[in-house]
Amino acid sequence: MWEAFDVGLPDQAAGRAMIAQQLLNGLVSGGVYALFALGFTLVFGLHGILNLAHGGVLMAGAFIAYYTVQAGLPLALGLVLAIIGGGLLSVLLEFTAFRRLRRSGEVEFGAIISSIGANLVLVTIAQRISHTQVMRFPFGTFPIVIYQFLGVRVSALQLFMAACSLVLVVILTFCLYRTGAGRQIRAVASNERAAVLVGTNPNAVYFQTFFLSGALAGAAGVLVGLAFNSIHFMMGEPYLLRGFVVIILGGLGSVPGAMLGSLLFGMIQTLTIAYLPSGLTDAIIYSILFLILLVRPNGLLGKPAAGVMRGRR
Amino acid sequence: MLTISNLSASYSGIQALRGVSLDVAQGEMVALIGPNGAGKSTLLNCVSGIVAPKAGSIRLESRDITGQKPWLVSRSGLLQVPEGRQVLPEMTVLENLRLGLTALGTRPATYPLARVHELFPVLAARSAQLAGSLSGGEQQMLAIGRALMGAPRLLLLDEPSLGLAPVLVQQVFAALQRLNRDGMTILLVEQNARQALEVTSRAYVLEQGQVMFGGRSADLAQDPNVIALYLGQEQKRETFGAKPVNGEP
Repeated sequence: MWEAFDVGLPDQAAGRAMIAQQLLNGLVSGGVYALFALGFTLVFGLHGILNLAHGGVLMAGAFIAYYTVQAGLPLALGLVLAIIGGGLLSVLLEFTAFRRLRRSGEVEFGAIISSIGANLVLVTIAQRISHTQVMRFPFGTFPIVIYQFLGVRVSALQLFMAACSLVLVVILTFCLYRTGAGRQIRAVASNERAAVLVGTNPNAVYFQTFFLSGALAGAAGVLVGLAFNSIHFMMGEPYLLRGFVVIILGGLGSVPGAMLGSLLFGMIQTLTIAYLPSGLTDAIIYSILFLILLVRPNGLLGKPAAGVMRGRR
Repeated sequence: MLTISNLSASYSGIQALRGVSLDVAQGEMVALIGPNGAGKSTLLNCVSGIVAPKAGSIRLESRDITGQKPWLVSRSGLLQVPEGRQVLPEMTVLENLRLGLTALGTRPATYPLARVHELFPVLAARSAQLAGSLSGGEQQMLAIGRALMGAPRLLLLDEPSLGLAPVLVQQVFAALQRLNRDGMTILLVEQNARQALEVTSRAYVLEQGQVMFGGRSADLAQDPNVIALYLGQEQKRETFGAKPVNGEP
């Protein structure tokens, strides 16, 4: 996503354009991180479940879109199927890996272990299906068009990614904060018993949050697959690790925090790759995380002791 | 309207209810009093479906609701205002009230927002404030208002006076009386026995999971046994709430 280029401007202007270019690239990839991290932080913030199979859902989303395109169907359909499929897969995880643990009342630790297991299952199935191959969307799946203005190049794919991220994040925020269902979701997160006493079915709420979370990861998977044109069974793993960084940076369980964390992460990452030896990227990102946590131990937008939406039961 | 017969239940391994029978008729306001640990909250939670009873039955009008899922019980119009109010602190007052609409399901609203605001004007004034920033009394009003939004046919209240200053207890009880005059059926669980008997028409006394007395509230307030056990020392202990020493299990 980064590349040196020469647009024939004087040095200083070229330098400014370069920074602008990197910031733009960072914003776009940050938007994709946001899709992934939001679902991750949503399930953690609402239900106290650290779903380590979330990367598997991202990978599954990319696979669904890939096979849809392979079958000769349009990419848009692939994206929709990946969103729905990711959501349903996530609901299936809730059913198989978390529901019984939830009843035991010890969900935090148990869920980490069972989701590691669930992730292995997903990765292994994907490995079998793809014969351990790296797959690519056929050439021209997404038209390669590059726009240029003020010395900054934007590809149609980047615009599409940014638009997808923005739309999905807006939909999520709207669902969560402006609808009756979202109100019930937040109520169950804050005080399940009180929510049940006003007539909320908690199982329906778990279904909705896991579906939303998985749908976002499915969409992220398609965008990642398109951006790097590389789809393989392990593609979810780095995102899981980065997802951790992002939600800790932003504040565990905080939806706006995950947004902010993702965009920051995307920009820091592209800037360090552009200007420094690329091997330093992770060192720099974790150093920044370390420094931020020194100053704000709960992350940028986190609240002490609990996530923004998470009360004690 | 609500008929409980021979209800037994355990809570945390302790038998909390031993064959409790009581009934609440349409339009009545009934108190359930008794010392801490008598099983009052367990009884309410059985009715609400949160605790599964071991034996006995709970009927709402002619329907058997024993052991039904709690959200279905709420949606059928049997709404509990839980102990400790349980408002959602990080939501606004208005959002808390709107959350109450969940219990409506397909039933028509009987207490729309305007009517709740009329009953508790403070909730209108503090509409956009976070519920966590309200005082205890205001939170109690919010909890009652939230239940009202779900069109209760029967309102169950668990210790609404808990932790409130006496003047606020008066206010909350006055609101309950007004609701009752407007036709609301209410079952009021209280440790504050004297005041509960003042505002209700009938009452039951629960002790160690059994109904010890039952009858008209005015009669119970005069009953020597009830006075000795539940009302006698109250005046001296008023600041600590009504918690008779010899009533402890």
